[in-house]
Amino acid sequence: MPKKTVYEAKIEYMQILNEEGKLDDKLAKDTLTDEQVVYLYEQMSIGRQYDEIAFKLQRSGRMGTYPQNKGQEANAVGAGLALEKGKDWLIPCYRENAALFMHGLPMHYVLLHWMGDERGNQIPEDCRMTPLSIPIGTHMLHAMGIAWANKLRGEDSVVTTFFGDGATSEGDFHAAMNFASVMQVPVIFYCQNNQWAISVPRESQMNSATVAQKAIAYDMPTIQIDGNDIFATYKATKDAAKRAREGGGPSFIEAVTYRLGDHTTADDARRYRDQAEVDAWKARDPLIRTRIYMEKKGLWSDKHQTELEDRAKRIVDEVAKTAFEIEAPAAADFFDHMFATLPDALARQRDTMRTSSLGLDPDQIGLAARTQRA
Amino acid sequence: MTTIKAPTPPGGTLHEHPALPGGFAIPDFDKPLPSREGDREIQYREALREAMNEEMRRDERVFLIGEEVAEYNGAYKISQGMLDEFGAKRIIDSPISENGFAGMSIAAAMYGLRPIVEFMSWSFSLVAADQLLNNAAKMLYMSGGQWGCPIVFRGNDGAGGQLGSTHSWCVEGLYANVPGLKIVIPSNPYDAKGLLKTAILDPDPVFVLESERMLGDKAHVPEEEYFIPFGKARLVREGSDCTVISFGRPVQFCMEACEQLAADGIECDLLDMRTIRPLDMESVVESLKKTNRIVIVDQSWPFGGVASEVIAQITEQAFDWLDGPPVRVNTEDVPTPYAKGLEAAYLPNAEKIVAGVKRSLA
Repeated sequence: MPKKTVYEAKIEYMQILNEEGKLDDKLAKDTLTDEQVVYLYEQMSIGRQYDEIAFKLQRSGRMGTYPQNKGQEANAVGAGLALEKGKDWLIPCYRENAALFMHGLPMHYVLLHWMGDERGNQIPEDCRMTPLSIPIGTHMLHAMGIAWANKLRGEDSVVTTFFGDGATSEGDFHAAMNFASVMQVPVIFYCQNNQWAISVPRESQMNSATVAQKAIAYDMPTIQIDGNDIFATYKATKDAAKRAREGGGPSFIEAVTYRLGDHTTADDARRYRDQAEVDAWKARDPLIRTRIYMEKKGLWSDKHQTELEDRAKRIVDEVAKTAFEIEAPAAADFFDHMFATLPDALARQRDTMRTSSLGLDPDQIGLAARTQRA
Repeated sequence: MTTIKAPTPPGGTLHEHPALPGGFAIPDFDKPLPSREGDREIQYREALREAMNEEMRRDERVFLIGEEVAEYNGAYKISQGMLDEFGAKRIIDSPISENGFAGMSIAAAMYGLRPIVEFMSWSFSLVAADQLLNNAAKMLYMSGGQWGCPIVFRGNDGAGGQLGSTHSWCVEGLYANVPGLKIVIPSNPYDAKGLLKTAILDPDPVFVLESERMLGDKAHVPEEEYFIPFGKARLVREGSDCTVISFGRPVQFCMEACEQLAADGIECDLLDMRTIRPLDMESVVESLKKTNRIVIVDQSWPFGGVASEVIAQITEQAFDWLDGPPVRVNTEDVPTPYAKGLEAAYLPNAEKIVAGVKRSLA
């Protein structure tokens, strides 16, 4: 028997709004309206301001650590708009703030999270999302599990999980992809390929030409898009969601983007990245190209810009104020959510804030007092 | 979202909780447990199955997932016939990926279902450790009480008989260290049914540690429904010379040892702890106050294990009641040997327990 080809695959790349702000009208058809473009630009700008303030709060010692979203905002807002608020699920890692806000998460929650206050993880009842997930890749399985629970319950909501290029090296990524594929559940795997996993460049992370091709092994529709293009992020997510809702199972999106900031405030990317590379990506900033497009279309002016910048500042200042006005948790609060009902042994620990062997009185060691915000 | 109210067993009560859609049921633990005497002898594996079947009939949210649990009826035939009764939607064959099915089941639990996850062996849970320890155990805590994780993980624990060191893990020593978990370890068929039923109703993550070596053990198991509360040890036999405590399979070795000791005129209190988290220290201390001597038999490694914890708590809570140093009988501090004779020499057994009790009395 001669050899024959039993499987062939290709990866398509989609860009609709290029770095010069030029739109591919054909691909852009039935995507974003002018109002939506303006709305997404506003959301990205507010997100950028949020990053600035969060960064400053960390630098002034008022927050533990913070990962900036800077440069990647087109993904959060495009996907956020393409998914149905209150119906579809978002299973984030930590670089999708704007999507969470668009789906109803009060903005101070993310600050509380990074201040180490678990109340920032108390997702409100009407928000369909899980808290930020910091371990790499483990949350993708939860996306798969929620999608599967959806399927069992006969719901037509779609679950989207966000992760980076580095996460695709984790076993959990492959387990989640395989389960989603075998069980044909409505999940969108949204990879924000920002080129760097802390200090490890993408080409040291994987030898594959694209991240998108990893989905081919799981027989999943897959696409590579320009992740700094709100039209592409919106359309790719919208298409995948439609497919999922119609019973077409999981999809994969590789959004090519760039982390303009450090990995987190605990990192200094200047130590391992060339400035020339960063500068090249700065020119591809989603905010710049969207603004050029809006200006060319007569949707935006310098006046609009000044007004938006002022508004973004006011909004974010207010959010920071709200977060810091919330009374810091009491030390003994950490027993509250250990079990549905607190076992006796823990209740004793809570009441005395000590193990019996320490033999200390709570008043003596001052633990009954509330902790202080940094 | 359609929220299904937690069905309540007869006499039980329904409780609301913001993190648990549909609430959760607490069985009537005041109701006396049925007699252990009788002639309805079934295997340990059948007792586990009976517990799952009863709860799955009551609560449509409960499902079983694991490797080979459906079509093959379970690698150890614990789930025999369950696919036929409940269908492929609720008895689910999973791809071989422990972290995969652990993770997805955790999310299903967060979202209102009640998963039972079967690990063919708890040894294989190690590849799912992040899901178990960083997710299930902490979900309620880290979400600030927003997401519960009512889930049961169950499977074989301990040396199964020449399975080699990688497949013979006693995970109780490892996992008992982690806050947020409940750990159940039945030593006989009667307890297997009553404890697993409680575990399935429980609103928190519960690890049920079974033993391949006990699956064929037979004993009377009442046909009726009963729920054994967590954190309540069972006094297996009474004596005033020494307190012997254990959990899981070694309870059987303790019974044998206590028989031998009784022949020498040494009478022991034998406590089967039944759950490690929570741990019934009250019963341990009460018995110790009577006997003033104690031996702890624990089939996991000695360093930082459950036996060490019991001894630590005794010295904190009842030091003045000790008339001699507490003694622990563990496995040796080496990986589980593969060779038959070496494995036997490594595990706790009646002979070692007898020696331990005699040392405590010396």
